[in-house]
Amino acid sequence: MVSQSLPHAGVLAGERGAGWIERAHEWVVTVDHKKIGLMYIVYALVFLMVGGIEATLMRIQLAVPDAHFVSPEVFNELFTMHGTTMVFFMGMPILFGFANYLVPLMIGARDMAFPRLNAFSFWMTALGGLLLYFSFIGGSGVYGAGSAPAVGWWAYAPLTAKDFSRGHSTDYWTLALLISGIGSIGAGLNLVVTIFCMRCRGMTLGKMPMLVWLNLVMGGMVLGGIGPLTASQLMLCVDRYLGGHFFDTQAGGSAVMWMHFFWIFGHPEVYILVIPSFAFASEIIPVFSRKAIFGYPVMVAATLAIAFLSFSVWAHHMFAVGMPSYGNAFFVLTSMIIGVPTGIKIFNWLGTMWGGKLIFSTAMLFCIGFLFQFLIGGLTGIMLAAAPFDWQLNDSYFVIGHFHYMLVGAIVFTIFAAFYYWYPKFTGRMLDERLGKWHFWLMLIGFHMTFDPMHVSGILGMPRRVYTYMPGRGWEIWNLITTIGVFVQIVAVSIFVYNLVHSYFRGKIAGHDPWDAWTLEWSTSSPPPPYNFAVEPVVRSRRPLWDLKHPDDPDWKYE
Amino acid sequence: MSAIPTTLPAREEAWELPSRGKAGMLCLIAAESAIFTIFVVAYIYYIGKSLGGPTPAQILHVPILDTICLLSSSLTIHWAVSALRRGKSKLFLLWWGATLALGLKFIEGTAADWYRMIYHDGFTVKTNLFGTTFYSLVGLHASHVIVGLLGLLLVFLFALAGKVKQEHAERCEVFSYYWHFVDVVWVVVFTVVYLIGR
Repeated sequence: MVSQSLPHAGVLAGERGAGWIERAHEWVVTVDHKKIGLMYIVYALVFLMVGGIEATLMRIQLAVPDAHFVSPEVFNELFTMHGTTMVFFMGMPILFGFANYLVPLMIGARDMAFPRLNAFSFWMTALGGLLLYFSFIGGSGVYGAGSAPAVGWWAYAPLTAKDFSRGHSTDYWTLALLISGIGSIGAGLNLVVTIFCMRCRGMTLGKMPMLVWLNLVMGGMVLGGIGPLTASQLMLCVDRYLGGHFFDTQAGGSAVMWMHFFWIFGHPEVYILVIPSFAFASEIIPVFSRKAIFGYPVMVAATLAIAFLSFSVWAHHMFAVGMPSYGNAFFVLTSMIIGVPTGIKIFNWLGTMWGGKLIFSTAMLFCIGFLFQFLIGGLTGIMLAAAPFDWQLNDSYFVIGHFHYMLVGAIVFTIFAAFYYWYPKFTGRMLDERLGKWHFWLMLIGFHMTFDPMHVSGILGMPRRVYTYMPGRGWEIWNLITTIGVFVQIVAVSIFVYNLVHSYFRGKIAGHDPWDAWTLEWSTSSPPPPYNFAVEPVVRSRRPLWDLKHPDDPDWKYE
Repeated sequence: MSAIPTTLPAREEAWELPSRGKAGMLCLIAAESAIFTIFVVAYIYYIGKSLGGPTPAQILHVPILDTICLLSSSLTIHWAVSALRRGKSKLFLLWWGATLALGLKFIEGTAADWYRMIYHDGFTVKTNLFGTTFYSLVGLHASHVIVGLLGLLLVFLFALAGKVKQEHAERCEVFSYYWHFVDVVWVVVFTVVYLIGR
């Protein structure tokens, strides 16, 4: 192996024995993409805990029939806050955080295209999260004890109208999403511009690492997908503050329009979350299979196809609303078609593993778990895409099981994989692999205990968003298993958090390239210096470090 | 110990990447287009669905002069940027000032129109569904015009102080993209509100 450590000052400015105030100040005013990326990640982990606690409280309430652990009002607040938090303040920020950290390093750039916009985007997202949670104390205005929004994360009209959502809790929800949406658009814009305009010499679009390609697509989808959310929140503000009638059925407005507008955002949003998690899998699986990714151009094409199609499937969330039959048919068709490029991706990951020298590190285990769960989640997705099937199971626990297979089984699993894979780059130390294996297996068991029984309770007729249920319907055992599964997951995540903290101080020193990987971020030191690369790199293939390590057999001879 | 770049054969061919400013502005325009699209769709969907008056035909005056002003300001800002690119600061100042004046005329026209409708006709966001969609869509566009005017004014003041030089031509061009976008949106809004919806 060739040694590639670059000369640099060796210490970050904040570590020169400065006091904690100076250090904190430096984090607040930083425009460095790596620090902003880490702030996104830490911020998102905090909200992962908060959203997880909300989920746990709901599961305790639902563990046994006819329970009174929380009141119905609190239960409504819990599922609203859980959904909103996990999508907007955990999912998007953590993926933006990884993209922020990794994309400039992978394309051989020294920072994002607009560093100050980058900081602005992060702080807007942070403000959005704080606003949402301020509703717990400020929700009813100055006089009340406060209450969180309780309208569900889709906030269907007319539930959000002044008459049905008194006080300010829904306003906090609206403004939080409006503001964090501005942050998201800034982050997406920055990613797209960085990838188009900051690539190092020789890195044509066809030579970009897969992660960069997928984050380019994600950034583009943010530009197209968040706008409808912003627009519909503005309309809701007009309705609530200025007495408008957009969603006011009493004055000719339409509640169904809100559904359309929300899901025109909502379905691309799902892919905004899942495409970066494809990106992690597309980097990690090749390295631990010791093979270049299988079918690079097809992977890119499939991703673009998914992105394009994802803007035409939104109303499959609305089959039960009562659309004309040709509307239903159209959205059934597009939803089924989107399974094709997705299937292509699964086969390409399998093709990458096929015949490779597999190394079952924790990161790889999480990716294999992802492949398995993503497939099952995709299959239940195709079931729900058939309108008649959806009419039976819409708004049941089957749907909850389906989309948590995607959000947890696919996205959270690849995020964990990404932590095990890139933590050494972030901190200079390895995460403990033994604890990692415990984390993986407990997470896998906990995940399946939690979400597999939901499919059954859903088919048995249990509706989502109910605060409790009566005994004797056959739901008891499935709900109990689900709740026990949550506690197994809590143990798993606790091990992970302990591992993060413990390894930061005691972990094995990583060196610049612990995985013998091939992309540019591994050519600089761990953690990278503020300027990333002392000399701007030049690349000739998709795997620049392979070329460097194997000068006799470089990739660019074959690509 | 060798750093990566030195071990790879240096490539001689030119390496040109798109301008960050232009790419950034195009992305912003894409995101803004998505927002406007939803408002336009809502406007079209709600045409004729108001439960009470007044109707668009009763209350709207077609702002022909304002439209001409705004559309021609696209031309003047284009001339301003190309003057700056050729280093003609005086000419730049003239055309940039003209753009600012035309934009101000447009927003003055909107303000006068709104004043008439709100204070004389008592027509507001609350009145009916038409009021809600009209003030939202036209107001969203007008707020973009105001942001554009602030940018125009800022550059104009710098230009008066003699600080805008030939090397700033690209930045002014990036800004002009925004201004063109605001114009194109007005073409759509005008068509939807004053031609189709009236």
